[in-house]
Amino acid sequence: MEKLDVVVVGGGLGGLASAYCLAKEGIQVLVLERGDHPGSKNVTGGRIYLRPLFRYLPDLWDEAPLERLVTKEVITMMGDDSSTTLQFTSKKFRESPPHSYTILRSRFDRWLGEQVMERGGFVVPQRRVTDLLKEDGRVVGVVSEGEEIPSDMVIIADGALSLMAEKGSLRGPLPPRHAAVGLKEVIRLSPEVIEERFGLKSGEGVAHLFFGSITQGAFGGGFLYTNRDTISLGLVVGIESYLKTQPSSEVHQLLEKFKEKEEVAHLIKGGELMEYSAHLIPEGGNRPLPKPYGDGIVAVGDAAGFALNMGITVRGMEFALASGCMAAQAVKRAKEKGDFSVSTLSYYESLLKESFVFKDHETFRDSLEVLENPRSVCFYPQLLCRVLEELFWIGEEPRGKVSSTVWKGIKEGFLNTAGLDDLWKFRRI
Amino acid sequence: MDPDSKLALDAFKNDEEPHISIRQEICKGCAQKYCLYICPGGLYSINEETGELLNEYTGCLECSSCRVSCPYGALEWNYPRGGFGVQYRYG
Repeated sequence: MEKLDVVVVGGGLGGLASAYCLAKEGIQVLVLERGDHPGSKNVTGGRIYLRPLFRYLPDLWDEAPLERLVTKEVITMMGDDSSTTLQFTSKKFRESPPHSYTILRSRFDRWLGEQVMERGGFVVPQRRVTDLLKEDGRVVGVVSEGEEIPSDMVIIADGALSLMAEKGSLRGPLPPRHAAVGLKEVIRLSPEVIEERFGLKSGEGVAHLFFGSITQGAFGGGFLYTNRDTISLGLVVGIESYLKTQPSSEVHQLLEKFKEKEEVAHLIKGGELMEYSAHLIPEGGNRPLPKPYGDGIVAVGDAAGFALNMGITVRGMEFALASGCMAAQAVKRAKEKGDFSVSTLSYYESLLKESFVFKDHETFRDSLEVLENPRSVCFYPQLLCRVLEELFWIGEEPRGKVSSTVWKGIKEGFLNTAGLDDLWKFRRI
Repeated sequence: MDPDSKLALDAFKNDEEPHISIRQEICKGCAQKYCLYICPGGLYSINEETGELLNEYTGCLECSSCRVSCPYGALEWNYPRGGFGVQYRYG
Protein backbone atom coordinates (compact mmCIF):
# COMPACT_ATOMS: atom_id res chain seq x y z
CA MET A 1 0.00 0.00 0.00
CA GLU A 2 1.12 3.52 -0.83
CA LYS A 3 2.45 5.49 2.13
CA LEU A 4 -0.03 7.94 3.65
CA ASP A 5 0.68 11.19 5.47
CA VAL A 6 -1.31 10.45 8.62
CA VAL A 7 -3.30 7.52 9.97
CA VAL A 8 -5.62 8.15 12.93
CA VAL A 9 -6.53 5.16 15.12
CA GLY A 10 -10.09 5.69 16.33
CA GLY A 11 -12.96 7.89 15.19
CA GLY A 12 -13.93 9.47 18.51
CA LEU A 13 -13.62 13.14 19.36
CA GLY A 14 -9.81 13.30 19.63
CA GLY A 15 -9.22 11.38 16.42
CA LEU A 16 -11.87 13.19 14.41
CA ALA A 17 -10.77 16.65 15.62
CA SER A 18 -7.20 15.94 14.54
CA ALA A 19 -8.41 14.62 11.17
CA TYR A 20 -10.70 17.63 10.73
CA CYS A 21 -7.84 20.08 11.31
CA LEU A 22 -5.41 18.13 9.12
CA ALA A 23 -7.91 17.78 6.28
CA LYS A 24 -8.54 21.53 6.39
CA GLU A 25 -4.80 22.05 5.92
CA GLY A 26 -4.86 19.77 2.90
CA ILE A 27 -2.91 17.00 4.61
CA GLN A 28 -3.85 13.46 3.61
CA VAL A 29 -5.48 11.75 6.57
CA LEU A 30 -7.16 8.37 7.08
CA VAL A 31 -9.25 7.66 10.19
CA LEU A 32 -9.74 3.98 11.00
CA GLU A 33 -12.83 3.36 13.14
CA ARG A 34 -13.65 -0.13 14.41
CA GLY A 35 -17.41 0.47 14.78
CA ASP A 36 -20.05 0.72 12.07
CA HIS A 37 -19.66 4.49 12.11
CA PRO A 38 -17.88 7.06 14.27
CA GLY A 39 -19.62 7.23 17.64
CA SER A 40 -20.95 3.68 17.56
CA LYS A 41 -18.46 2.64 20.26
CA ASN A 42 -18.51 5.86 22.24
CA VAL A 43 -20.32 6.74 25.43
CA THR A 44 -20.46 9.94 27.43
CA GLY A 45 -22.34 11.04 30.56
CA GLY A 46 -22.63 13.64 29.17
CA ARG A 47 -22.22 17.25 28.71
CA ILE A 48 -19.70 19.22 26.68
CA TYR A 49 -18.34 22.64 27.63
CA LEU A 50 -17.98 24.71 24.47
CA ARG A 51 -16.22 27.88 25.54
CA PRO A 52 -12.71 26.41 25.82
CA LEU A 53 -13.14 25.06 22.28
CA PHE A 54 -13.96 28.12 20.19
CA ARG A 55 -10.34 29.04 19.59
CA TYR A 56 -9.55 25.54 18.35
CA LEU A 57 -12.74 24.77 16.42
CA PRO A 58 -14.42 28.14 15.80
CA ASP A 59 -16.70 27.20 12.93
CA LEU A 60 -18.03 23.83 14.04
CA TRP A 61 -20.88 24.57 16.41
CA ASP A 62 -23.76 26.22 14.57
CA GLU A 63 -24.84 23.01 12.86
CA ALA A 64 -23.58 20.52 15.45
CA PRO A 65 -26.19 17.98 16.63
CA LEU A 66 -26.09 18.82 20.33
CA GLU A 67 -28.96 18.08 22.70
CA ARG A 68 -29.92 20.79 25.23
CA LEU A 69 -28.29 23.99 26.47
CA VAL A 70 -27.57 23.37 30.17
CA THR A 71 -29.08 26.19 32.25
CA LYS A 72 -29.60 24.32 35.50
CA GLU A 73 -27.00 22.60 37.69
CA VAL A 74 -28.22 20.31 40.43
CA ILE A 75 -26.24 18.38 43.05
CA THR A 76 -27.82 15.88 45.39
CA MET A 77 -26.07 14.51 48.46
CA MET A 78 -27.58 11.17 49.34
CA GLY A 79 -27.87 9.69 52.81
CA ASP A 80 -29.23 6.18 53.22
CA ASP A 81 -32.84 7.36 53.51
CA SER A 82 -32.50 11.10 53.12
CA SER A 83 -31.01 13.60 50.70
CA THR A 84 -29.97 17.22 50.34
CA THR A 85 -30.26 18.96 46.97
CA LEU A 86 -28.61 22.15 45.81
CA GLN A 87 -29.83 23.77 42.62
CA PHE A 88 -28.02 26.52 40.80
CA THR A 89 -29.03 28.55 37.79
CA SER A 90 -27.65 31.74 36.30
CA LYS A 91 -28.45 34.09 33.45
CA LYS A 92 -24.86 33.58 32.37
CA PHE A 93 -25.75 30.04 31.23
CA ARG A 94 -27.96 31.58 28.54
CA GLU A 95 -25.40 34.07 27.27
CA SER A 96 -23.82 33.70 23.88
CA PRO A 97 -21.51 32.01 22.98
CA PRO A 98 -23.09 28.97 24.62
CA HIS A 99 -21.57 27.54 27.78
CA SER A 100 -22.42 23.84 27.76
CA TYR A 101 -24.70 21.36 26.04
CA THR A 102 -25.83 17.83 26.76
CA ILE A 103 -24.68 15.45 24.04
CA LEU A 104 -25.15 11.90 22.72
CA ARG A 105 -22.03 10.59 21.11
CA SER A 106 -23.37 8.18 18.53
CA ARG A 107 -25.14 11.10 16.87
CA PHE A 108 -22.47 13.74 17.38
CA ASP A 109 -19.40 11.72 16.37
CA ARG A 110 -21.13 10.41 13.27
CA TRP A 111 -21.83 13.99 12.22
CA LEU A 112 -18.24 15.06 13.00
CA GLY A 113 -17.01 12.18 10.82
CA GLU A 114 -19.10 13.59 7.97
CA GLN A 115 -17.49 17.00 8.49
CA VAL A 116 -14.06 15.39 8.17
CA MET A 117 -15.10 13.70 4.92
CA GLU A 118 -16.51 16.95 3.52
CA ARG A 119 -13.13 18.56 4.07
CA GLY A 120 -11.29 15.83 2.22
CA GLY A 121 -10.33 13.46 5.03
CA PHE A 122 -11.12 9.75 4.86
CA VAL A 123 -13.06 8.04 7.61
CA VAL A 124 -13.24 4.30 7.12
CA PRO A 125 -15.51 2.35 9.49
CA GLN A 126 -15.36 -1.32 10.49
CA ARG A 127 -11.57 -1.24 10.61
CA ARG A 128 -9.92 -2.29 13.83
CA VAL A 129 -6.24 -1.51 14.32
CA THR A 130 -4.37 -4.34 16.00
CA ASP A 131 -0.76 -3.21 15.91
CA LEU A 132 1.72 -0.49 15.05
CA LEU A 133 4.29 -0.86 12.28
CA LYS A 134 7.75 -0.03 13.55
CA GLU A 135 11.10 0.56 11.90
CA ASP A 136 14.24 1.16 13.97
CA GLY A 137 12.07 1.92 17.00
CA ARG A 138 9.95 4.52 15.27
CA VAL A 139 6.32 4.09 14.32
CA VAL A 140 5.77 3.99 10.56
CA GLY A 141 2.16 2.91 10.22
CA VAL A 142 -0.47 0.52 11.54
CA VAL A 143 -1.79 -3.00 11.01
CA SER A 144 -5.53 -3.18 10.45
CA GLU A 145 -7.47 -6.39 9.80
CA GLY A 146 -4.22 -8.06 8.75
CA GLU A 147 -3.28 -5.30 6.31
CA GLU A 148 -0.20 -3.12 6.75
CA ILE A 149 -0.88 0.58 6.26
CA PRO A 150 2.34 2.62 6.17
CA SER A 151 2.25 6.31 7.10
CA ASP A 152 4.55 9.15 8.16
CA MET A 153 2.55 9.70 11.32
CA VAL A 154 0.11 7.78 13.50
CA ILE A 155 -2.31 9.59 15.80
CA ILE A 156 -3.38 7.37 18.69
CA ALA A 157 -7.01 8.10 19.52
CA ASP A 158 -8.28 4.70 20.63
CA GLY A 159 -9.79 5.81 23.92
CA ALA A 160 -9.27 5.24 27.63
CA LEU A 161 -7.98 1.68 27.40
CA SER A 162 -5.65 2.63 24.52
CA LEU A 163 -4.05 -0.64 23.55
CA MET A 164 -2.07 1.39 20.98
CA ALA A 165 -0.55 3.67 23.64
CA GLU A 166 0.75 0.43 25.17
CA LYS A 167 2.06 -0.87 21.82
CA GLY A 168 3.69 2.50 21.17
CA SER A 169 5.39 2.34 24.60
CA LEU A 170 3.79 5.61 25.70
CA ARG A 171 2.61 3.83 28.83
CA GLY A 172 2.12 0.38 30.37
CA PRO A 173 -1.24 -1.33 30.93
CA LEU A 174 -3.83 0.92 32.55
CA PRO A 175 -3.80 0.26 36.31
CA PRO A 176 -7.22 -0.12 38.03
CA ARG A 177 -6.57 2.87 40.26
CA HIS A 178 -6.50 5.04 37.18
CA ALA A 179 -9.74 3.82 35.67
CA ALA A 180 -13.41 4.14 36.47
CA VAL A 181 -16.31 2.41 34.81
CA GLY A 182 -19.37 4.35 33.72
CA LEU A 183 -22.76 2.61 33.36
CA LYS A 184 -25.53 4.43 31.60
CA GLU A 185 -29.12 4.10 30.50
CA VAL A 186 -30.76 6.20 27.83
CA ILE A 187 -34.43 6.61 28.72
CA ARG A 188 -36.98 8.08 26.33
CA LEU A 189 -39.42 10.76 27.45
CA SER A 190 -41.15 13.35 25.31
CA PRO A 191 -39.58 16.84 25.18
CA GLU A 192 -42.77 18.24 26.80
CA VAL A 193 -42.54 15.85 29.75
CA ILE A 194 -38.82 16.56 30.17
CA GLU A 195 -39.38 20.32 30.18
CA GLU A 196 -42.31 20.17 32.56
CA ARG A 197 -40.77 17.64 34.92
CA PHE A 198 -37.45 19.44 35.25
CA GLY A 199 -38.83 22.98 35.01
CA LEU A 200 -37.00 23.82 31.79
CA LYS A 201 -37.61 26.21 28.93
CA SER A 202 -37.80 24.74 25.45
CA GLY A 203 -34.37 23.52 24.32
CA GLU A 204 -32.82 23.97 27.74
CA GLY A 205 -31.51 21.23 29.96
CA VAL A 206 -30.32 20.17 33.38
CA ALA A 207 -27.12 18.51 34.60
CA HIS A 208 -27.70 16.64 37.85
CA LEU A 209 -24.97 14.90 39.86
CA PHE A 210 -25.48 12.61 42.86
CA PHE A 211 -22.99 11.76 45.60
CA GLY A 212 -23.17 9.80 48.82
CA SER A 213 -24.48 6.42 49.79
CA ILE A 214 -25.26 5.32 46.21
CA THR A 215 -21.72 4.13 45.47
CA GLN A 216 -21.60 2.13 48.71
CA GLY A 217 -18.33 3.55 49.90
CA ALA A 218 -16.56 3.61 46.55
CA PHE A 219 -15.27 6.67 44.72
CA GLY A 220 -17.79 7.85 42.14
CA GLY A 221 -21.31 9.15 41.82
CA GLY A 222 -24.48 9.26 39.79
CA PHE A 223 -25.46 11.53 36.93
CA LEU A 224 -28.56 12.58 35.03
CA TYR A 225 -28.53 14.74 31.90
CA THR A 226 -31.59 15.75 29.91
CA ASN A 227 -31.30 15.34 26.15
CA ARG A 228 -33.84 16.47 23.56
CA ASP A 229 -36.19 13.50 23.94
CA THR A 230 -34.21 11.22 26.24
CA ILE A 231 -32.55 11.22 29.62
CA SER A 232 -29.03 9.94 30.21
CA LEU A 233 -28.92 8.35 33.64
CA GLY A 234 -25.93 6.55 35.05
CA LEU A 235 -23.30 5.83 37.60
CA VAL A 236 -19.51 6.15 37.62
CA VAL A 237 -17.48 3.96 39.97
CA GLY A 238 -13.71 3.93 40.46
CA ILE A 239 -12.62 0.37 39.65
CA GLU A 240 -9.97 -0.12 42.30
CA SER A 241 -11.95 1.85 44.86
CA TYR A 242 -15.06 -0.30 44.28
CA LEU A 243 -13.17 -3.58 44.44
CA LYS A 244 -11.43 -2.47 47.64
CA THR A 245 -14.81 -2.17 49.36
CA GLN A 246 -15.09 -5.97 48.92
CA PRO A 247 -18.41 -5.53 47.20
CA SER A 248 -21.27 -7.85 47.97
CA SER A 249 -23.08 -6.93 44.78
CA GLU A 250 -22.21 -6.67 41.11
CA VAL A 251 -21.64 -3.13 39.85
CA HIS A 252 -24.78 -3.12 37.69
CA GLN A 253 -26.86 -3.71 40.82
CA LEU A 254 -25.67 -0.35 42.16
CA LEU A 255 -27.27 1.31 39.14
CA GLU A 256 -30.53 -0.56 39.74
CA LYS A 257 -30.58 0.53 43.38
CA PHE A 258 -29.80 4.10 42.34
CA LYS A 259 -32.76 4.09 39.94
CA GLU A 260 -35.06 2.84 42.68
CA LYS A 261 -34.16 5.72 44.99
CA GLU A 262 -37.09 8.06 45.43
CA GLU A 263 -34.91 11.01 44.39
CA VAL A 264 -34.36 9.37 40.98
CA ALA A 265 -37.44 7.20 40.38
CA HIS A 266 -39.83 10.11 39.91
CA LEU A 267 -37.50 11.77 37.42
CA ILE A 268 -37.52 8.80 35.04
CA LYS A 269 -41.09 7.67 35.68
CA GLY A 270 -42.94 6.57 32.56
CA GLY A 271 -39.75 6.60 30.50
CA GLU A 272 -38.83 3.84 28.08
CA LEU A 273 -35.35 2.32 28.31
CA MET A 274 -33.75 2.61 24.87
CA GLU A 275 -30.13 1.62 25.43
CA TYR A 276 -27.78 0.32 28.10
CA SER A 277 -24.11 1.19 27.75
CA ALA A 278 -20.84 1.07 29.65
CA HIS A 279 -17.44 2.62 29.10
CA LEU A 280 -14.06 3.01 30.73
CA ILE A 281 -13.07 6.47 32.01
CA PRO A 282 -9.47 7.47 32.65
CA GLU A 283 -9.08 8.71 36.20
CA GLY A 284 -5.41 9.33 35.69
CA GLY A 285 -5.01 10.57 39.21
CA ASN A 286 -5.58 13.62 37.07
CA ARG A 287 -2.11 13.05 35.75
CA PRO A 288 -2.15 12.61 31.99
CA LEU A 289 0.69 10.91 30.14
CA PRO A 290 3.79 12.99 30.85
CA LYS A 291 4.91 12.62 27.26
CA PRO A 292 2.01 11.77 24.95
CA TYR A 293 4.16 11.38 21.84
CA GLY A 294 7.07 9.44 20.44
CA ASP A 295 8.87 8.99 17.11
CA GLY A 296 6.09 8.97 14.54
CA ILE A 297 3.19 8.96 17.05
CA VAL A 298 1.10 11.32 19.15
CA ALA A 299 -1.72 10.36 21.53
CA VAL A 300 -4.83 12.49 22.03
CA GLY A 301 -7.93 12.58 24.24
CA ASP A 302 -8.68 9.69 26.61
CA ALA A 303 -5.81 7.70 25.08
CA ALA A 304 -3.45 10.35 26.48
CA GLY A 305 -5.28 10.34 29.82
CA PHE A 306 -6.82 13.77 29.32
CA ALA A 307 -9.85 13.56 31.61
CA LEU A 308 -10.52 15.54 34.69
CA ASN A 309 -12.76 14.80 37.61
CA MET A 310 -13.10 18.07 39.50
CA GLY A 311 -15.80 16.79 41.84
CA ILE A 312 -18.77 18.85 40.71
CA THR A 313 -17.63 19.05 37.11
CA VAL A 314 -16.41 16.08 35.08
CA ARG A 315 -14.64 16.78 31.83
CA GLY A 316 -13.07 14.87 28.98
CA MET A 317 -14.61 15.75 25.64
CA GLU A 318 -13.18 19.28 25.45
CA PHE A 319 -9.74 17.91 26.17
CA ALA A 320 -10.14 15.32 23.43
CA LEU A 321 -11.22 17.85 20.80
CA ALA A 322 -8.62 20.45 21.75
CA SER A 323 -5.75 17.96 22.06
CA GLY A 324 -6.74 16.56 18.65
CA CYS A 325 -6.41 20.05 17.14
CA MET A 326 -3.05 20.63 18.82
CA ALA A 327 -1.77 17.25 17.64
CA ALA A 328 -2.78 18.28 14.12
CA GLN A 329 -0.76 21.50 14.43
CA ALA A 330 2.29 19.58 15.59
CA VAL A 331 1.89 17.04 12.78
CA LYS A 332 1.55 19.83 10.24
CA ARG A 333 4.82 21.35 11.43
CA ALA A 334 6.51 17.94 11.33
CA LYS A 335 5.32 17.44 7.77
CA GLU A 336 6.64 20.86 6.71
CA LYS A 337 10.01 19.92 8.17
CA GLY A 338 9.84 16.39 6.83
CA ASP A 339 10.85 15.25 10.31
CA PHE A 340 8.48 13.15 12.43
CA SER A 341 10.85 12.55 15.30
CA VAL A 342 10.26 13.16 18.99
CA SER A 343 12.16 16.43 18.88
CA THR A 344 9.87 17.98 16.24
CA LEU A 345 6.75 16.50 17.83
CA SER A 346 7.65 18.01 21.21
CA TYR A 347 5.89 21.05 19.75
CA TYR A 348 2.69 19.18 20.70
CA GLU A 349 3.78 19.27 24.33
CA SER A 350 4.53 23.02 24.12
CA LEU A 351 1.07 23.66 22.69
CA LEU A 352 -0.57 21.53 25.37
CA LYS A 353 1.34 23.29 28.13
CA GLU A 354 0.15 26.70 26.95
CA SER A 355 -3.45 25.49 26.76
CA PHE A 356 -6.30 24.79 29.19
CA VAL A 357 -5.65 21.08 28.67
CA PHE A 358 -2.44 21.00 30.72
CA LYS A 359 -3.23 24.02 32.86
CA ASP A 360 -6.51 22.56 34.11
CA HIS A 361 -4.87 19.20 34.77
CA GLU A 362 -2.11 20.96 36.68
CA THR A 363 -4.59 22.92 38.79
CA PHE A 364 -6.53 19.81 39.75
CA ARG A 365 -3.67 17.33 39.79
CA ASP A 366 -4.25 16.14 43.33
CA SER A 367 -8.01 15.93 43.26
CA LEU A 368 -8.14 12.15 42.83
CA GLU A 369 -6.57 11.69 46.24
CA VAL A 370 -9.36 13.77 47.75
CA LEU A 371 -12.21 12.38 45.70
CA GLU A 372 -11.29 8.73 46.09
CA ASN A 373 -11.21 9.19 49.84
CA PRO A 374 -14.39 7.33 50.85
CA ARG A 375 -15.12 10.07 53.41
CA SER A 376 -15.46 12.66 50.64
CA VAL A 377 -18.07 10.83 48.60
CA CYS A 378 -19.88 8.93 51.37
CA PHE A 379 -19.28 10.20 54.89
CA TYR A 380 -19.69 13.96 54.32
CA PRO A 381 -22.84 13.80 52.15
CA GLN A 382 -24.40 11.47 54.71
CA LEU A 383 -23.29 13.66 57.64
CA LEU A 384 -24.88 16.68 55.97
CA CYS A 385 -28.14 14.77 55.60
CA ARG A 386 -28.04 13.65 59.25
CA VAL A 387 -27.51 17.20 60.52
CA LEU A 388 -30.33 18.56 58.35
CA GLU A 389 -32.62 15.76 59.42
CA GLU A 390 -32.07 16.73 63.03
CA LEU A 391 -32.66 20.40 62.24
CA PHE A 392 -35.91 19.82 60.40
CA TRP A 393 -37.32 17.16 62.68
CA ILE A 394 -39.79 18.12 65.42
CA GLY A 395 -40.47 15.08 67.60
CA GLU A 396 -42.14 14.36 70.90
CA GLU A 397 -39.18 15.56 72.93
CA PRO A 398 -38.14 19.23 73.33
CA ARG A 399 -35.68 20.35 70.68
CA GLY A 400 -32.05 21.30 71.14
CA LYS A 401 -30.72 24.64 69.92
CA VAL A 402 -30.00 24.92 66.19
CA SER A 403 -26.47 26.03 66.94
CA SER A 404 -25.74 23.03 69.11
CA THR A 405 -27.03 20.62 66.43
CA VAL A 406 -24.78 22.25 63.83
CA TRP A 407 -21.86 22.34 66.24
CA LYS A 408 -22.31 18.62 66.97
CA GLY A 409 -22.16 17.96 63.22
CA ILE A 410 -19.04 20.06 62.79
CA LYS A 411 -17.39 18.27 65.71
CA GLU A 412 -18.26 14.86 64.29
CA GLY A 413 -17.16 15.80 60.78
CA PHE A 414 -14.12 17.93 61.18
CA LEU A 415 -12.79 18.24 64.72
CA ASN A 416 -10.86 14.99 64.72
CA THR A 417 -7.71 13.76 63.05
CA ALA A 418 -9.42 12.35 59.95
CA GLY A 419 -11.60 15.45 59.51
CA LEU A 420 -8.75 17.91 59.89
CA ASP A 421 -6.64 15.87 57.50
CA ASP A 422 -9.49 15.96 54.95
CA LEU A 423 -9.94 19.72 55.37
CA TRP A 424 -6.24 20.19 54.72
CA LYS A 425 -6.48 18.07 51.57
CA PHE A 426 -9.63 19.81 50.29
CA ARG A 427 -7.45 22.80 49.47
CA ARG A 428 -6.10 20.80 46.56
CA ILE A 429 -9.37 20.60 44.64
CA MET B 1 -34.22 -4.97 35.72
CA ASP B 2 -31.60 -7.66 35.18
CA PRO B 3 -28.69 -6.91 32.87
CA ASP B 4 -29.74 -9.55 30.32
CA SER B 5 -33.02 -7.75 29.59
CA LYS B 6 -31.17 -4.46 29.32
CA LEU B 7 -28.56 -5.88 26.94
CA ALA B 8 -31.40 -7.26 24.82
CA LEU B 9 -32.27 -3.65 23.92
CA ASP B 10 -28.80 -2.95 22.51
CA ALA B 11 -27.69 -3.49 18.94
CA PHE B 12 -25.05 -6.21 18.70
CA LYS B 13 -23.30 -7.73 15.71
CA ASN B 14 -21.69 -10.81 17.09
CA ASP B 15 -18.57 -12.47 15.76
CA GLU B 16 -18.27 -16.24 15.92
CA GLU B 17 -14.88 -15.85 17.50
CA PRO B 18 -14.78 -14.62 21.09
CA HIS B 19 -12.75 -11.44 21.61
CA ILE B 20 -12.03 -12.41 25.21
CA SER B 21 -10.34 -15.64 26.15
CA ILE B 22 -9.82 -16.86 29.67
CA ARG B 23 -6.65 -18.50 30.95
CA GLN B 24 -8.42 -20.97 33.20
CA GLU B 25 -5.20 -22.19 34.80
CA ILE B 26 -4.68 -18.70 36.27
CA CYS B 27 -8.34 -18.19 37.28
CA LYS B 28 -8.33 -21.49 39.19
CA GLY B 29 -5.92 -19.99 41.70
CA CYS B 30 -7.64 -16.59 41.96
CA ALA B 31 -9.43 -15.87 45.22
CA GLN B 32 -10.72 -12.38 44.37
CA LYS B 33 -12.59 -13.03 41.10
CA TYR B 34 -13.06 -9.28 40.58
CA CYS B 35 -14.47 -9.92 37.11
CA LEU B 36 -17.63 -11.33 38.71
CA TYR B 37 -18.34 -7.98 40.37
CA ILE B 38 -17.09 -5.35 37.91
CA CYS B 39 -18.77 -6.40 34.64
CA PRO B 40 -21.65 -3.99 33.83
CA GLY B 41 -23.32 -6.76 31.86
CA GLY B 42 -22.96 -9.34 34.64
CA LEU B 43 -21.45 -11.61 32.00
CA TYR B 44 -19.02 -13.56 34.18
CA SER B 45 -20.06 -16.59 36.17
CA ILE B 46 -18.61 -19.79 37.59
CA ASN B 47 -19.55 -23.19 36.24
CA GLU B 48 -20.64 -24.96 39.39
CA GLU B 49 -19.65 -28.40 38.17
CA THR B 50 -16.20 -27.70 36.77
CA GLY B 51 -15.37 -24.53 38.74
CA GLU B 52 -14.36 -22.87 35.47
CA LEU B 53 -14.86 -19.15 34.86
CA LEU B 54 -17.42 -18.50 32.14
CA ASN B 55 -17.90 -15.40 30.02
CA GLU B 56 -20.79 -14.63 27.69
CA TYR B 57 -18.80 -12.49 25.29
CA THR B 58 -21.77 -11.85 23.00
CA GLY B 59 -23.28 -9.31 25.42
CA CYS B 60 -20.00 -7.50 26.02
CA LEU B 61 -20.25 -3.69 26.11
CA GLU B 62 -16.46 -3.51 25.47
CA CYS B 63 -15.73 -1.36 28.52
CA SER B 64 -12.72 -3.58 29.40
CA SER B 65 -13.27 -3.21 33.16
CA CYS B 66 -12.61 -6.94 33.53
CA ARG B 67 -9.23 -6.63 31.85
CA VAL B 68 -8.28 -3.58 33.89
CA SER B 69 -9.39 -5.11 37.20
CA CYS B 70 -7.81 -8.57 36.78
CA PRO B 71 -4.72 -8.62 39.01
CA TYR B 72 -3.19 -11.62 37.20
CA GLY B 73 -3.61 -10.73 33.53
CA ALA B 74 -5.74 -13.84 33.08
CA LEU B 75 -7.87 -12.36 30.31
CA GLU B 76 -6.71 -12.21 26.72
CA TRP B 77 -8.84 -9.19 25.90
CA ASN B 78 -9.09 -7.62 22.46
CA TYR B 79 -11.67 -5.43 20.83
CA PRO B 80 -13.99 -7.37 18.51
CA ARG B 81 -13.01 -7.32 14.85
CA GLY B 82 -14.00 -4.22 12.89
CA GLY B 83 -17.77 -3.99 12.40
CA PHE B 84 -18.55 -6.49 15.18
CA GLY B 85 -19.67 -6.13 18.77
CA VAL B 86 -21.96 -3.56 20.32
CA GLN B 87 -23.10 -0.67 18.09
CA TYR B 88 -24.43 2.20 20.16
CA ARG B 89 -27.31 4.18 18.68
CA TYR B 90 -27.27 6.84 21.40
CA GLY B 91 -23.94 6.51 23.18
